Amino acid sequence: MGTKLAVVIAGVLAVAVLIGFYIGLLAGGPTPYRVPTASAGGARSVDLTLETVAAVGSKLSPNKNWVSYLVREHGVWHRSTVWTLPANTLVHVTVYNFDGKSGLRNPFLAQARGVVGGSFAINGKATSSINPDDASHTFAIPSLGVIVPIRGVDDNAPQQCDYAPCPMSNAHETITFTFRTGKAGHYRWQCFVPCAAGFVYGFGGPMQTVGYMDGYVNVV
Amino acid sequence: MKLRRLIGFNLLTAVVLGIVGFYVGWRLGHLVKAPSLDYFGDTGQNDIALFVAYFTGVIGFLVGLGFANYPIQRILGKPPSLREKETEGIGRYFGLCTDHKVVGIQYLIGIGAFIFIGGLNAMLIRFELLRPTHLAWNGNNYLTLVSIHGTMMMGMMTSGILGPFANYFVPLMIGARRMAFPRIEALTFWLLMAAGAILMTALAFGGFPTGWTGYAPLSEQSNMGMDAYIAFFALVGVSMALLGLNMLATVITMRAPGLSWGRLPIFVWGTVTTSVLMLLAAPVLISTLFMLALDRTAQTSFFNVQAGGSPYLYENLFWMFGHPEVYVLALPGMGIVLELLPVFARKPLWGYRLAVTGMVGIMLLSFLVWQHHLFVSGINGDLRPFYMLSTELISLPTGFIFVCALGTLWAGRIRLTVPMLFALAWIFNFLVGGLSGVFLSDVPSDVTTHGSFFSMAHFHYTIMGGLIFAFFGAVYFWLPKMTGFELNERLGKVHFWVMFIAFNSTFGPLLVIGFLGMPRRVVTYAGYLQGANDWVSVSAFVLGASMLVFLANLIWSQVFVRTPAASNPWGSKSIEFQLPSPVPVHDFDRIPTFGPDPYPYGGVEEGGGYDGRRPAISPARPTA
Amino acid sequence: MWSSRSHGHRIAALTVIGTAIVLPLVVFVLGPNMPPGKGTPVASSQVTDNTVLLVVMTPFTVFILVYLAYALVAFRAAKGEGLIDGPPTRGHFKAQVAWLATTTAAVLFLAIFGTAELLADNGAGGGGGPNPVAKPSGAVLPVQVIGQQWEFTYRYPTYGGVETASLVLPAGREIAFHVTSLDAVHSFWAYELGVKADANPGVDNVAYVRTKKPSTFQIRCAELCGLWHGYMSDTGRVVSPAAFSTWIAARRRQFAPIMKYLPKYASSYAPDPSYRAG
Repeated sequence: MGTKLAVVIAGVLAVAVLIGFYIGLLAGGPTPYRVPTASAGGARSVDLTLETVAAVGSKLSPNKNWVSYLVREHGVWHRSTVWTLPANTLVHVTVYNFDGKSGLRNPFLAQARGVVGGSFAINGKATSSINPDDASHTFAIPSLGVIVPIRGVDDNAPQQCDYAPCPMSNAHETITFTFRTGKAGHYRWQCFVPCAAGFVYGFGGPMQTVGYMDGYVNVV
Repeated sequence: MKLRRLIGFNLLTAVVLGIVGFYVGWRLGHLVKAPSLDYFGDTGQNDIALFVAYFTGVIGFLVGLGFANYPIQRILGKPPSLREKETEGIGRYFGLCTDHKVVGIQYLIGIGAFIFIGGLNAMLIRFELLRPTHLAWNGNNYLTLVSIHGTMMMGMMTSGILGPFANYFVPLMIGARRMAFPRIEALTFWLLMAAGAILMTALAFGGFPTGWTGYAPLSEQSNMGMDAYIAFFALVGVSMALLGLNMLATVITMRAPGLSWGRLPIFVWGTVTTSVLMLLAAPVLISTLFMLALDRTAQTSFFNVQAGGSPYLYENLFWMFGHPEVYVLALPGMGIVLELLPVFARKPLWGYRLAVTGMVGIMLLSFLVWQHHLFVSGINGDLRPFYMLSTELISLPTGFIFVCALGTLWAGRIRLTVPMLFALAWIFNFLVGGLSGVFLSDVPSDVTTHGSFFSMAHFHYTIMGGLIFAFFGAVYFWLPKMTGFELNERLGKVHFWVMFIAFNSTFGPLLVIGFLGMPRRVVTYAGYLQGANDWVSVSAFVLGASMLVFLANLIWSQVFVRTPAASNPWGSKSIEFQLPSPVPVHDFDRIPTFGPDPYPYGGVEEGGGYDGRRPAISPARPTA
Repeated sequence: MWSSRSHGHRIAALTVIGTAIVLPLVVFVLGPNMPPGKGTPVASSQVTDNTVLLVVMTPFTVFILVYLAYALVAFRAAKGEGLIDGPPTRGHFKAQVAWLATTTAAVLFLAIFGTAELLADNGAGGGGGPNPVAKPSGAVLPVQVIGQQWEFTYRYPTYGGVETASLVLPAGREIAFHVTSLDAVHSFWAYELGVKADANPGVDNVAYVRTKKPSTFQIRCAELCGLWHGYMSDTGRVVSPAAFSTWIAARRRQFAPIMKYLPKYASSYAPDPSYRAG
């Protein structure tokens, strides 16, 4: 009787541990990054600095060849795609793109929407759309109606970045734009370019895993 | 436990050889050089290596269990032989055993364990749906939960009744001491276990996002976890086909003298019709998955539009398997319920011929309805009225089962034991499930309900409310016979009532929620549906808790209390209850003869049965 | 004990009474309020269809539930009575024939009624493929719905092929949705309009609906298409024809820069690149 009880209890505990392990595996995800707010003059505004890289590297991810978005916090690049933004605020976004051109599946997405002034700047030059074949990624929050195409680095530009973190001396395009958050809510953001190298249709792997080319925006 | 006993062809060796085989295959797969693979080179994704690894892993597993021994012996010239049934020892359950009773119990435990994992996934899914927006699991992990839940449940429950109960009882019910192919019988079980383990490895490869249906092109995009799904279902398909083959061969060729087809218990008819479906539908699944695997590895274009293929091909092929598959799930439940009702109403089965016609009708019609899954997919419009008619027609043979169940209750002496409660609940649940199916079969109504939670609630009512309730009925009915120990009746009743109420409380509102516009497999929903979803989630947690009650009953009564079960606690006149509990290794002292009536209730002349004092009455064929 | 005949009479009486109570509730209370509502003629016809289904099912459901309840009360074994058998009834030809006849009639009626609804409503709002069997007579406004991972976009071929990210429709017009996909299988579900059509790549799936009054409607994706399937939802609007003209003109101005890159309007697209290499 005693041994039976011990075996059964051990079994139940083992199962409980396995269940806990299972849940832990699934609950993992990127740690949210809270954008620091800075009041400048009358309108509240925040800065969000992002980077898109062709291969995220083994320091930041077990999948070292996956494309990814990175966010900069205190000068250090983190792989976090869950961002907390304040409500009713202007968000100034800077994206440093170190990845090459892929091309949009739907060229319609190469025109920016939902941004202040209807335009964004590539290396300082303002424009409202790009050639869809030059697109490398997009920054899009569809339920807020925000989409900005991210132009890719030329194929023959010198000093292409291999693995993140990418120093600024590597070839990159700088995209800047501003959008306004509304009321509090939870939104997803995604890239629309089939940029997942090595997957059929380019939409597997990093394109369908939160933490690389997809994430959440929590407006609080 | 001596060390020597652990060395040999058993589960331990099988697991070791399986892992070794996996790594050998992985290495071999990486040696394959192909232009199509250069494409994958920079992501580290190598589907070819994974498929080869799964294949060699399963081979290693089966070799470790000893399945290669007999074929090798035959190749080396040994004469054919029927392997001796291992007669004693708990080690029988951990290896290749040709005793159909051991295989039945192995199935019960093995399927039970994997169903537990599937159910855990369901609890986690409902936890996420407590809030209309993101709560706990990221989008891709949530989809993996949904996918593994559905895939595991479907793969395991196809053999959910045939595996444990048909393997154990069909030979007894037809008066045989074994199945036609005992080694294949054991093989079907171990293939299913290997498949379940493979599906769980999907987590190590990033999970998969397609749900149990695996629609291309999404399944072609996905990362390596998708290969685990393909390997799982292919193995399940093989297991299904072999199980069906074995059942059919057994019932066709090994019936005892006097047992004509019209004298078979209805459970055997349920098994036979299910086996035909398994045998014919599983190969379609295996070929479809093979095509999908080729698309993912060799870059063929069966389902890739830009290269000349069509996703419709996948949808049609899948549902050509998928629809008979759900009748593989429904028919055994019907067989169980119609087997239980005569015992607990103490009347013959009412309308035996009608019930058999119903089962055969369902079996035949199930091949003609699959496009009702594709009503709004853009199929040729001329087809829709035809499939609407054929799908609605299939409710006719289903209705026969109902009328036979009701007729059996007429003027009966009903005893509400735990198995009977489950059988009666089946009638209620399958009624709701069947009626919701009529809504879905009607094309205009289907326009709103297709792909919504209404469709999900429909199949949960029929599969869980139907099959799983019948499964538990069978467990409470037959487990004492299989193990020789009683199950606690009070805990059984608690299990039943909590499960029945919680089940209806979970899936009833989902019928409404689906109609109100919530699609399936979504992780967010409109805010005004939160109250309803919270109610459903809490009910689902209670439903899960009822399973824990069952587990507690199982452990308490089978491991600790161990009250010896009487040989015929239910007063059944069926053959298996004329044998001792547990059924002895050799099954019968001598092969029984069967009389004209499988349900000799009501004081009519007793048919044969295993009773040494009473010889058979008017057998159809001479004995011996 | 009560005779068989009186059991039968009681069950029949209870069934009739039960049906008499439930049927009016179904027809007058539940039916008119059934989803998806009466926003368009196809949605209304779906409501009618659902009501007819409920009406036909009601007698059978009441009968089975009444019978079950009655059996559990009247045919119970007394406590401690031991193993006493019931009468050896093995079937009853007339009952089986009656059951077969009534269920067959019900099923055939429903199949014919459903087919009639389907044809009368130009497909009842469901996607009917590139060549639907039933087409509306008269002018239709074609609107292409493009499903892609993970957003719906819309093209108006009769307005220069302009593509927009939101769906606005003029009231009182017959609309032909041409639903297609650029990648995986999606499904365009406009709930209050009563429209659902799968978006298959390379396929033009047509669904018809006639809009009525200005309103908003929910758009959901109803076929699992990957990570953000659950977030692929939107709100569409039906507005007055004048407001629609203003809106579409504004969109043509807004999206003029990208028009030169859009492929010519076609019933389906095979976008390049389909394979993404390095």
